[in-house]
Amino acid sequence: MEKVAIVGVGQTTYERRKEDTFDELVFEAATKALADAGGGIGDIDNIVTVSNDFWDGRTISSMGIQDAAGSWDKDISTVEGDGTFGVLYGMMRALSGSFETTLVVSHMKGSEAVMNLITNAIFDPIFQRSLGIDATSSAALQARLYMEKIKASQEDFALASVKNHKNAMNNPNAQLPMDISVDDVMKSKMLADPLKMLDCSPISDGAAAVVIATEKGAKRFKKSPVWIKGVGHVSDAYTLGYRDLASTRALDAAASKAYKMAGIKDPMKDLDVVELYDAYSYMEPLWYEGLGLAKEKKGVELLKSGATAMDGDLPVNPSGGVISAHPVLVAGMTRVVEGVLQLRGEAEKRQVKGAKTALAHGINGACGQSHCVFVMGV
Amino acid sequence: MTEKNEGIELLTIGSGEAFQPFNWSVGRYGSYFLKELKDNKTFYGVKCPKCGKVYVPPRKVCGRCYVAMDELVKVSDEGEVAVCTIIQFGFVDPSTGYQQPVPYGYAFIKLDGADTLLPFFLDSTDPERVKVGARVKAVFEDKRTGSIADIKHFTILD
Amino acid sequence: MGKKVAIVGFGQTYQRSSRKDVNGVELINEAVRAALEDAELTINDIDAIVIGNMDHFEGVNYVDCWSAEGSGAVMKPIFKVTTGGTTGTTVAMCGYYHVASGMFDRVLAIGWEKNSESDTTGAIVTAFHPVWERTRFGGAIAGLAVEASKYMHNYGVTERDGARVAVRERLHALNNPYSQLHQDWMKGMEPEQIVDLLVTSEQNQMLAYPLRMSDMCPRTDGAAAVVFASEGVAEKIAPTPAWVISTHNRHNYVFLGDINWDRNDTLEAAAKKVFEDAGIKEPLKEIDVCELYLPYSYAGLKWMESIGFCGPGEGPKLVWDGVTDMDGELPVNPSGGVMSSNPIGATAILRVGEGALQVMGKAGDRQVPKDVNYSLCTGFGGCNWADVMLLGKKKPS
Repeated sequence: MEKVAIVGVGQTTYERRKEDTFDELVFEAATKALADAGGGIGDIDNIVTVSNDFWDGRTISSMGIQDAAGSWDKDISTVEGDGTFGVLYGMMRALSGSFETTLVVSHMKGSEAVMNLITNAIFDPIFQRSLGIDATSSAALQARLYMEKIKASQEDFALASVKNHKNAMNNPNAQLPMDISVDDVMKSKMLADPLKMLDCSPISDGAAAVVIATEKGAKRFKKSPVWIKGVGHVSDAYTLGYRDLASTRALDAAASKAYKMAGIKDPMKDLDVVELYDAYSYMEPLWYEGLGLAKEKKGVELLKSGATAMDGDLPVNPSGGVISAHPVLVAGMTRVVEGVLQLRGEAEKRQVKGAKTALAHGINGACGQSHCVFVMGV
Repeated sequence: MTEKNEGIELLTIGSGEAFQPFNWSVGRYGSYFLKELKDNKTFYGVKCPKCGKVYVPPRKVCGRCYVAMDELVKVSDEGEVAVCTIIQFGFVDPSTGYQQPVPYGYAFIKLDGADTLLPFFLDSTDPERVKVGARVKAVFEDKRTGSIADIKHFTILD
Repeated sequence: MGKKVAIVGFGQTYQRSSRKDVNGVELINEAVRAALEDAELTINDIDAIVIGNMDHFEGVNYVDCWSAEGSGAVMKPIFKVTTGGTTGTTVAMCGYYHVASGMFDRVLAIGWEKNSESDTTGAIVTAFHPVWERTRFGGAIAGLAVEASKYMHNYGVTERDGARVAVRERLHALNNPYSQLHQDWMKGMEPEQIVDLLVTSEQNQMLAYPLRMSDMCPRTDGAAAVVFASEGVAEKIAPTPAWVISTHNRHNYVFLGDINWDRNDTLEAAAKKVFEDAGIKEPLKEIDVCELYLPYSYAGLKWMESIGFCGPGEGPKLVWDGVTDMDGELPVNPSGGVMSSNPIGATAILRVGEGALQVMGKAGDRQVPKDVNYSLCTGFGGCNWADVMLLGKKKPS
């Protein structure tokens, strides 16, 4: 694959409720990314926006923000899905021969709508929607299945929440930096057994952006490029009863592809830092298995070992992860942004020392139906 | 359209009473614009520091120049019809359920001082009067709540 | 430095005002099967999938996930792109970039819509700004009606001119079994006659001056899928692949009130860029056939000027001279176009697929009776958003 890099990143703070409008958030993230790269909108050859019509309450959600994303007189497209897929598409367009640089920007405001009505709309209108099933209740099914499979306890999953909220205390952008204990998680309100409030990610507002460039395009900017070494994306089946929710075969396939491209043979050893999409506490150990960090059924074991803590062999979610800030769609791009900051040594208090290879992961759909995995390096 | 479908009654499932409520942020300029509309029956736009274009309704970014704008400028409540049509079918306001009486005049209006057009209803359906270049003036509701609907319609000035 | 890409297969469902016999996922599957059959491939040959539609017409969130079992995406890469009316061309362009990037060799691009499942106007209203535009909105037609009436005001264009375009589209549709509208009563009549009937008919309701029922597009259920393949691979799949020569888009405007009503300057800019890339200097001479996204009749006059096929105000002459008819110098919409069939998320990709069929020589009764090298396809949506894709028989160098 021809060389392609991320040369600029930008993100807003993530909050329960921001006063800014969608276009203001997009402009903030995009201009931050351009400033970070050391360039301007004139250096950008094309744009990819990432937004969702349901969350924006608008059937062409991109129309609300395109000019704030720099659409004037440029080729532009819109991905409706997690930010990682937007970054992927921006990368494809940069490699296509038509453009040397792409600006990708995502936004979302969870505060403007009723979250569970919107995630309920993910489910099939004929057979499942009227059950009231939403992101959290379906996640609870997956959590229970995983728990039964590996004989884990709620306390085991709570460890991920504790770790990540604590990590968030080093992240000035995170919504929920908290110093909590497993006991605090166990005492928090039960939402859908076995998931309690502190097992779940919050509702958030925010935006993020990245500037992607080919080797040639990168010369327009001042920042050192962070190279995309490998990427893979795969979707599992849709209907909840058709796939084994405790299996990570789609993530396995996506990660394997990314690792092959990047020359990663032993992820635990070859990766220095991981930012994965932990929308719920149990997802962290589950995704460990899909990413090959832990063998099948050994996700919780890895979590308990401390190997993924800030002072462990392979820190996971130094940013605090999705459980600490969850603007849907944006959160995957934030994982990429955080990975880039780590590799540049710009992650300040949350820096993993000497990080040279990072993994960023995003999911799409209920219970992580579809996954996108990036491996980046300097 | 396969053979197996013959004789089977084809069903649809309705969404029933389901709806998704939203609360959209108006933003700083938008809020200023609506407040001035409500309190003072005055129109405001925002001016681009680079190209000088005045946008009504106001917004944060001048798309062409890709710069943030923050200079609020007053524009007139009078203007000119840039394009227009007379609509023969009903329109239901999605938030109030109110149906605009049919037919109704509809135009994109360039308020004096603004560089963008404001789409709105007209008070006439006379094809002799509803035409490009007609001078119009905003007519406000007596009870205003701080929304674009505080403008009742634009009246055609003779 | 990017790979050359060609279309090697195209499939579409029958488009009808309501396809109650299938649910959305089944509709998608029908198009996918048709495309794979056309390309003589199986789903196992497909490396990645991209899909698009306009959410609020079916009310399903994460359509790429929801349709996985019908689109063939189970354990495959897939994501969704969507940009309103331009969705179909956005999907096609996405399929193109998947392959051009060198990352995938055979990509399936799917556009679909089940407009019958919702209140089309109600959903379209939500495309516009909730605070500034939605409460004082004249429906999708108003934006088109004002453009038409300004065009008439500027150039003295008449209702008959608009009707002549409508007649062309509907006559062409008679050759297209997939299209929704088949106005059989038009068979065998002279265009002039039909125009006379349309502009004088009491039943041909005036919707928003100057647009009547006959000037508008229908709303439709349908799906279409295109298979893109990489150079080296495409030649092994199709005897005459339709190469993507160049593609660009411009989505400059975000509010209806920002649009330039005198000139469709976004379409002008996108078409200009495509012609520049392709080295096309005289579009009317060099392009052989077009599948243009014309949502209403007057677009078939004014936008011909925007693309550069003729000068300002000259659209009507082009059409009345028969240049855009099947046996003309530049046949437009042999498929019958958007005015004959409009499943919104698929509409623009139908243009690409139909344009490809012309290059590949597979358009059956609607194949134009001339040698086709260049085929121009466009997409339209939102605030005069314009997508342009040029297909060609000769592989680009």
